[in-house]
Amino acid sequence: MAGWLNFRSLNQEGIVFAIAVVLFVAAAIALPGFIDPNNLVAIVRSVSVLGILALGMAVVIIGRGIDLSAVAIMAMSVAWYLQLLNTGTPDGLAFAYVLAGVLAIGLLNGFLVAYADVPAIFVTLATGSFVFGYVRSQLITQDAVPVPQGHWVELLGGLRFLDVPIEVFVFAGLAFLFFLFLRYTKWGRYIYFAGDNPVAARNIGIPVRPMLVLRYVLSACVALIAGLLTAASLHSINTRVVNSTLLYDIVLVAVIGGIGLSGGRGGVRNVLVGAALIGILLNAMTIIDIPLLYQNLIKAAILLGAIIVDGIINPRDEQTAQQGDI
Amino acid sequence: MKLIRTLMAAATALAVTAFVAPTFAADDPGPAAYAQALKGKRVMLVPLAMGFDLAQGWAHYLKKEVEAWGGTFETRDPNWVVDAGAQAITDAISSDTRPDVLIIHAPDLNSYSKLMKKAQAAGTYVILVDNPANFPADAFVGSDWDRLGQLEAEAAIKGCGENSSKKIGLVQGDQANSSSLYQYAGIMKVLDKHPEFKVVAKPDSNWDATTSRNVTTTMLQQNPDICSIIDFWDGDATGASAAIRDAKLDGKVFLVTTGGGEKAADCDKLQDGTYGAVVMTELARQSGDMNAIIKYLLQSGQPAGTSHTYIYTLEKATTKADLKPDSCWDLKALQAEAAAK
Repeated sequence: MAGWLNFRSLNQEGIVFAIAVVLFVAAAIALPGFIDPNNLVAIVRSVSVLGILALGMAVVIIGRGIDLSAVAIMAMSVAWYLQLLNTGTPDGLAFAYVLAGVLAIGLLNGFLVAYADVPAIFVTLATGSFVFGYVRSQLITQDAVPVPQGHWVELLGGLRFLDVPIEVFVFAGLAFLFFLFLRYTKWGRYIYFAGDNPVAARNIGIPVRPMLVLRYVLSACVALIAGLLTAASLHSINTRVVNSTLLYDIVLVAVIGGIGLSGGRGGVRNVLVGAALIGILLNAMTIIDIPLLYQNLIKAAILLGAIIVDGIINPRDEQTAQQGDI
Repeated sequence: MKLIRTLMAAATALAVTAFVAPTFAADDPGPAAYAQALKGKRVMLVPLAMGFDLAQGWAHYLKKEVEAWGGTFETRDPNWVVDAGAQAITDAISSDTRPDVLIIHAPDLNSYSKLMKKAQAAGTYVILVDNPANFPADAFVGSDWDRLGQLEAEAAIKGCGENSSKKIGLVQGDQANSSSLYQYAGIMKVLDKHPEFKVVAKPDSNWDATTSRNVTTTMLQQNPDICSIIDFWDGDATGASAAIRDAKLDGKVFLVTTGGGEKAADCDKLQDGTYGAVVMTELARQSGDMNAIIKYLLQSGQPAGTSHTYIYTLEKATTKADLKPDSCWDLKALQAEAAAK
């Protein structure tokens, strides 16, 4: 009965991974064309941008924060960049402006959370709205901004290695870098301490506040990369994405993979598991031709199911519950 | 002698007539009545968002005309948020400067029905534009989406040709917006008459380009021999076209979509072969229809809510072959014109 013993020690990540595997096997048997290498590449690609954003979100959440401005930064920074290019600003200068803007918003997020002690959820909600409102009303004229013909962003979108789109490699590369950062660097390890118990972390001399700022800057930069990849593939960026459910999907990928919103737990593996489940699910449902309304319902039901099973297997008590649990 | 006298009399008569005629023209009661009925009237446009080509085009043409007859033109920008639109309409109705004509771009069939009724009760004419709603507005100006869907399906069938796989894929918008539902109905009407053509998949994009790309990638993966795809809006068809490009099927899949006929969004993409056919709304004409109905309603003396008229814009599927220099309107040019003022 070793299997049952294992089952007892399953955490949410394990459950979601198991669901993903079951779905994968079922789809591979039942759906013609699902197991085709090209389709598998398409699955990974379809969650690459989502996964990249979730990596940034994961680092923030592990440090017991949340970044609700990620999607706004992603769409608006790139929209502004393309607008500058379309109105004739030299490429280097335009990129410098945008990078400065992205860093500034990341720093502002981090500063307000770390030094002004405003809850992250309010800070990033506000800066996200600000970024969207300011860029949309002052800097760009249209929801959708096209990539200038022949620009490197357009060429980036066509880039393939072994017939695999560039996003997949960027996602894989960033996931590896984040893994190294979280696992093997001092500041990476500190994030767990700070997320688990900020006061204790500070008392033992960890620079909790500067690290907090760093996480939001990191998240903002990751958002810029995700935006550039989106524009590269679509040859334009549509700022309407800020109103979409993308932000919730990012949190969903992180949380469904088992990164606790209370901080201090999880890692890159959780993001990969969460992204895999969402990718397989969406692809299979599209192949079966399930209408979007039902797709959202099924997605939500699986999330709810995973959380309930997690609640049963890993019940919360005074020991596991933390102050600041959402 | 008598003849000369007669001639002179005739000449005098002619001269008098010629002299009197301009006096008649100066007395034409039309312009005065027109000015009296329209002067100082307020027109407000509440589109789904001000950030996309159609809304900006409408606003341009409406503003030009309304200000020319001495009225006030305003817009509100709900930025795709239904609640914000409802708030804007509520505020407009209850403000001291209640608009005399409210032009509403409805997000779905029902959301604004009560508010529009309230507006009419307060004496404001309600004109629906582009998206129909379950509400007897004073006028509807826009596309007959069913007909538009039929045109798309006909273009797709033609684009596929006789010797093709006869497999068609649809990328729908969503299952709530009337433009998506009626468009689908129209497409199916035509395809029912051509039973040899099959719809192999009909996913929703939720009007999002990335989703459109992902579902189209899957669709092409499952059916690489699809001969045509109909994407329900040019705002997200960039995603479908990216998927076709990525699958190296450019030129093999005939992409049909619909849009506001803006140059960068539609004509440039027909020109470079991204789109095979676009059913385009003639924006200047549609705005002209709105302007005419505004002027009519304000002069009619008819109370708000008593007339119900439908003014459908003439639609046509445009392909690269019948592109003309004036097929599209140019948003950049309109913006430059507005900036120059």
